[in-house]
Formats: sequence, structure tokens, C-alpha cells
Amino acid sequence: MDHLETIEAQSIYILREAYKHFGKLGMLWSIGKDSTVMLWLAQKAFFGQCPFPLIHVDTNYKIPQMIEFRDKLVKEQNLNLIVHQNKEALEEGMCHEKGRLLCCENLKTKPLQEVVKIYGFEGLILGVRRDEEGSRSKERIFSERDNESNWDYTDQPPELWDQFKTDFKKGNHIRIHPLLHWTEVDIWKYIQKENIPFVDLYFAKNGKRYRSLGCYPCTFPIDSEVTDIEGIIEELKNTKQTERSGRAQDQEDAYAMQKLRSKGYM
Amino acid sequence: MTEVAVKTREKLNIVAVGHVDHGKSTLIGRLLFDTNSLQDGAIEKVKRISEQNGKPFEYAYLLDAFEEEQKQGITIDTTNINFSTAKRDYIIIDAPGHKEFLKNMISGASSAEAALLMIDANEGIQEQSRRHGYILSLLGISKVFVIVNKMDLIDYSEQKYNDIRQEFNKFLSNLNIFPIEYIPVAAFYGENIAKRSDNLSWYHGVTILEALDLVQKEPEAENKPLRFPIQDVYKFDNRRIIAGKIEAGTLKVGDEIVINPSGKKTKVKSIENWPNFYDKNYVSAGMSVGITFEDEFFNKRGEIISHAENKPQKGNLFNVNIFWMGKNPLVKGKTYKLKLTTQELECEVFSINKVIDSSNLNEASHFDCINKNEVAEITIKTKQVVCFDEFVDFQSTGRFVIVDGFDVSGGGIVLKTDDTLKNRMLEPLSKNLKPHPRLVTRQQKEKKLGQKAKVIWLTGLTGCGKNEIAAKLEKKLFELDKTVCYLNSSNARFGISSDLEFSETGVYEQTRRLAEIANQFINNGIITVVSSINRYKKAREIAKDIIGSDDYIEFHIDATENVLKKRALKGFYDNNENNDIKQLYEKSEYPVYSLYIDNFEFNSNEKVDYILENIKHIL
Repeated sequence: MDHLETIEAQSIYILREAYKHFGKLGMLWSIGKDSTVMLWLAQKAFFGQCPFPLIHVDTNYKIPQMIEFRDKLVKEQNLNLIVHQNKEALEEGMCHEKGRLLCCENLKTKPLQEVVKIYGFEGLILGVRRDEEGSRSKERIFSERDNESNWDYTDQPPELWDQFKTDFKKGNHIRIHPLLHWTEVDIWKYIQKENIPFVDLYFAKNGKRYRSLGCYPCTFPIDSEVTDIEGIIEELKNTKQTERSGRAQDQEDAYAMQKLRSKGYM
Repeated sequence: MTEVAVKTREKLNIVAVGHVDHGKSTLIGRLLFDTNSLQDGAIEKVKRISEQNGKPFEYAYLLDAFEEEQKQGITIDTTNINFSTAKRDYIIIDAPGHKEFLKNMISGASSAEAALLMIDANEGIQEQSRRHGYILSLLGISKVFVIVNKMDLIDYSEQKYNDIRQEFNKFLSNLNIFPIEYIPVAAFYGENIAKRSDNLSWYHGVTILEALDLVQKEPEAENKPLRFPIQDVYKFDNRRIIAGKIEAGTLKVGDEIVINPSGKKTKVKSIENWPNFYDKNYVSAGMSVGITFEDEFFNKRGEIISHAENKPQKGNLFNVNIFWMGKNPLVKGKTYKLKLTTQELECEVFSINKVIDSSNLNEASHFDCINKNEVAEITIKTKQVVCFDEFVDFQSTGRFVIVDGFDVSGGGIVLKTDDTLKNRMLEPLSKNLKPHPRLVTRQQKEKKLGQKAKVIWLTGLTGCGKNEIAAKLEKKLFELDKTVCYLNSSNARFGISSDLEFSETGVYEQTRRLAEIANQFINNGIITVVSSINRYKKAREIAKDIIGSDDYIEFHIDATENVLKKRALKGFYDNNENNDIKQLYEKSEYPVYSLYIDNFEFNSNEKVDYILENIKHIL
């Protein structure tokens, strides 16, 4: 088995463990490359089905092509999608100008917490990867959140030999991370190998391309001329920029992600 | 270092372990720095944070991402870092060295294929150095480099380095760990990390960077016997798909398979793939797959699929080594959850055989419980039958975790079982016993004797001729240079079973004794012939169960009523109220060999030849 086959098999195993253990299970789909790969892996794990709903936390500030791609794929593949927004905060004019971290908390963390409560999710599948940033590098594959979605990262349970945390207090939920062991390059190589459809914002237009997707006020494209996957893989081999360097919220504080994620951010 | 052109590069997971402050995170940080593997601004960010926290620059901050870790200067949780050499890609796992975070160290180390065990040259071997060494051996990680760090603090002394080396080597060899290399380094200054150092000119071995590429990756368990634990059964459409990950061996369409522990047999009908249906028709260790069976019966998660040869062991009592990470101690009399592959079942501690202080390998004096961070040898009892293997043979079916309440609190490996207890292990009446290991295996004995041991069980009503055939069979096997033993049921009545009645209970007990004795013989490599009336089919099922269906070969010597009456002792059948004496014998419900005798003066040599003809290829 080569490396891509190994990590694919591991992810499928994790998805099947999640499906077996959690009656109320949902998968976060941000329309980005990672969670789109995850959707593909779910379909592979369950032989063409995705037996749980997809969840999109829509901040209302997403790049319009992302929403187009989302709606197109949902229609074509007949996917079960839950879209959730913090309407109240939006009506009150929440935006990044009020503070990026505050905005993330209100338009992403909070509606995510609400979705968990409304649907009673016991398990939430997320496409985070260890190589994205520091606090994610310390994550477990099955990671518990309390009833307010808080993450106690200083006292994580042991996780060994593919035996995951599946026992927890009622009201808490488990975040499942099937892509934790993937790298950015792995994602692109896999997209190429499997011919997975993705939103073309990752390809350069007018000398710029997105390396990571998010809300348009806080996500900046990088200089690039790359218009195919081969080119992206080549570019990543030579770059010394971090993947999330175009994500403004990360730069707000030395521990921005740790602070956001301990409160339930993805 | 960044040449990543080859499409399928090998990836190796390597963990850094050792006592707190012996420099694990520093070593990794420096390795990343020296190989130009850091991303833009990483060093500047660390400098900024160091200044903010009023501390000198630390390479360790590159890995210790949490605010608490940086402020307190310790690693709390394990980190995975991607790193590449020209040869292959690596995941370097940084594990915490604090005793308090042993569970995190174990989480990190459990996925490693090799380890860097760090020792501070100045402080020497400390509690966690030994404990982590012990954990590595329990986790089955045998590819270990010992890194003697902070050589600058002992003036780069070769003598002191050799002393540490000698002392630690002695400790590790007790754990069956034989390090690939010892490497003296000063990680903070980058000495012997990516580059050699003039200060250590007496050292002629490899640098850390060179050492990593020395590790040979273990091949997938593809060449081992099949182990395919059922993870789930799906019925999304008209297909009934058995899903799971193949832990060892290979499987293809048409294979005859056994579902353990029930022992049911079927064939593989198809291997299911998406999106391309015909992707794979042959699957092997490491793959997550879905298959369908030719026969549909009730299957559930936790059953282990194997081929007919080389099945996993099964039982509800087994001996293990365990490390405990729980907040509460592991105690007798409490119910825990055991998770072994996809099997989940209730268990309890049957007996605590040995508790070890893993920091010095001394035996603890208490046997009542196992405290956090202690290691022990215990006997576990599960509520239902569980399938498992010995860890030395199969890693993934030979290890398990124990859940206490909501938390995974212990991990363990299944120890070797005496061959005579492998097929089944019963609960003794005393809990002050433990099964003892032996140093010679059945396999070794069979090899020496040049044979495979089986039990040839001859049954049939009095007068059928079984004893005459059995005696000649023993002689014939002996003449063929086989090592053979013959257990005659009547003779046993003059010895070991002279206390037994001839009632139904007595007959059952007699069968049990013969089967247990035969079990001892075959597990010492000796072919065993048994002759016994054994007219109750349930009794024969017990014998088969004790011996194991793979080693039990039943021959029913059937004879006409006339033959029986003539050959039995005079008047033996006279008191029988049933006119049809042949009905006294209950036929087996599974396939057996059958010999039919219709002539009073039959040729027993021919019958022996017939038996041999049928079994000689398996002996």
C-alpha cells in the first residue's frame, strides 16, 4: 500500500467507527478542499452513500463561488445539507470590523454550538488536519467537547491503537477528525488521484489564487499563476508560507486558534 | 531536503521520548531548523513569544503550541510534525516527559514505528527514561535510538558518555530492547543533529539525521494469516456488506472463510468498491474494505474472519501485560469495558499476578490494585468469549484497551499462552493461581519429531473392533517412525478412572479425562490414538471441544448387530431391552470418517490401512 492508500484506509476506518457509535452524527462541510475530500471519503466508506447530514455554518460572508459550488453539488448528488446561521448577530450587524475573533465567535462558533444543541448531535465530523496550525497538531482523532462545546486541551484522554473515545457524558459531544493525519499536499494528491470535484477558487485568476477558503473579508489569496493540481502540488513543495497565512483571524493573537478552538471553534 | 518529486514516498512515524527536560522538543525543533524545514516567520514568532514570556529563545516553542506549554516550558500533549529527508517523509512525534502526562506520551508513542529515547548527559538516567523504555517495549516498538543529549554539560566527555551507555544498555536488554545506535548530541547547539561536531570528534557514528534513514520500515502484515475483524454490517441497498479493516493477511473472491468465535463457514462472494465497482478483487492488510458472503447469516461487529487454517485463539480468560493510566486504580471485582479490535465486552480482573514499578523494573509489594502509571501482569476474565492472538505474533489482534467509566484507562498486550491451554482456558476455583509460561512450544517439538500431532479418536459400540484396530494403528505408526501414544478407555478404568461409575455421568467424566490427556499429548507433539465406546454424541462433542476441531479426527467403527453380539463378551448385550442394539449409538451431527464391519472375522490390517490412507497427509 502506498502512502495515500494508507491514509485513505485510516480515514475510512475512522468514519465507520463514528457511524457505528453515534446515532446522531453530522459532518461539517465548509465547501473547502479538505471537507470536500472528507465527503468523498464518506461516500467511499459507505459505498456511495453519505448516511449522515452535512452541516454548513454559513457566516453570510462566504465567497459567492463557494455557495454556488455547494448548491450545485447538493443538487447533483442529492445530499442532505443543514445550513445554519446566527441570524440575530447578523441583524445586529456583526462583521469582522467589530473584531475578527469576536466575529468568528459569533458567526462560526456560536451557530456551530447551536446546531449541536438543536439537532442533538453526539458526533460531529470535522476536516481539520494536524499540519494546519499548532492547536490542531495536538488534537485527538475523537475529541470530546462539553455541553457548551468547550475543549479541555490540557487534559485529553489517551488515544491508542485505533481505539477511540466513544464513551462520554450525556450532553457532551465528540468531534471526529478523519483527516487529522493528512497534509495539505496529501489532500491535493488525493484530489488528483481520485478526480474529486472542488471549487475552482484554488486556481489562479489574474495572478492570485486561494490556498485556504473562508469568509471574504478575512481570507486573502496568494500570488500564484497556478491553474492545475500538478502546479499546486509543485508550488506547495517550494513554499515556506503557512497554509493559513491568508486567514486574518489566525494572526490576531499568538494563541488565536487555541483560544477560538477551546470554545468550540472548528 | 525538499525534493518530494516521487509520487509515492515512504512515510515513517518516529517518536521522541524520555525524561522531562532531557530535550525532546529541543531536538526536534533544532532538527527542523537545521534542515530548513521551518515555515517563514516560525523562528521570529518563537523569538517574539520568548521575549513576551521573558524567557530565552527555545527551539521547543516550535512544537509546544499551547500557551500553557510555552509559559511553563513543558510539553503537555503530543505533537506530530511532518518532516522530509531525501529518502522519505517522516512524522516526528514529540511526546511529553512529565510523569503526569504519561497518557499523552503513550498516545503519541502508540502510533510510532521507531523511537528516539533521550537522556540528559548531565542528569543521567532518570525515572521517565526507564519508564518510557519500558512502555516502548510494551508497545512493541523495538527500533530504538538512544540519544545522549546536552553533551556540552559534561564537557563532551567520551568516558561519561560510555558510562551512561553501559548502564542504560543493561536496563534495556532486560526489556529485550537492543538500540540500533547510541548517539551523543548537544541538541540546542545542533551538534550531531544534522551536522557533525568538532567537540565530539571521538564519535564516529551517525548523526540524528543519518540515523532516521537507517530505520527499516516493517512490511505490512500481508504475509500473515488472515485477521479481518467485522467493523459493521451495512444494508444500504440490496447488498449486505460486511465492512472492516484487514489487520493481517489477504482475502480474495471465492476464499473459504471462518467467522470466529462461532466457527461458521462461508465463502467470499464479492469485494465491494465505490465508485468503480471492479476496483479490487484481492484485498490485504491495512485496507478498509467491504465484502459480501455467499451465505447470509446473522453477523455482528466484533466477529473476526479468518481462513480455516490459523484461526485466532478464543476464550474468556487470558494473561496480559497492562499499563494503567486511569485516575482511579484498576481493582478486582469491578466491571470494566475491554476493547480489542472491534470487539467490545465487559471484563474484570481475575487475578493480579505481578505489579511492576516501571521506573526501576522492581516488583511492587502490593497485589490488590494497579495504580496510575504502574505496569502489571494480570489475568483478565471477559463476560463472553473473545477472539485474540498473542501480541508477539499479531500486533493488532494482540492488544487492547480497558475503559473505566467514560475513559480509556489502560492498554495491554496478550501474553503467550501454554499450548495446552490455547484452545480453551477454564476458570480455576482459586484466584491465587496464574498460568505459567513454558520455554518450548508445540511447534518446536513437532519440528523435532518430524510430525504433526493429531488425536485419532476411534469410537463404536462394544464388539465393533475398535480396540484391535487402535492397537494395530499405534504399532503401524510406530513402525513408520512416528512418535505415538495410545489411550485405551478400558485401561484407563484400571488407573486414572478407577474411581468412576459406569453411569452416564461417569461416562461423560471418563471422556473429559481422556480428552484432557490427549490434549496434553498433542500439545507436546505426540500423535495420539484414543479408543473408547463414547456412544453419547454430546460426550464426543465435549472431547472435540477440549482438543479443538482442528486436531480432533473422529472415526466411527460401525458394525452389524451380528458382529457386535459375537465379538462382545458373552452375554454383554443380553440384558438390553431394546431389540435394535445399534440404536444405542448416537451418530455425530458433524462429518466423521466411518468404517463398516459386516464380517465377524474381518481383516483389521485393512481397516488400519484405510485410516492411514485418510490421515497420513496431515500427520
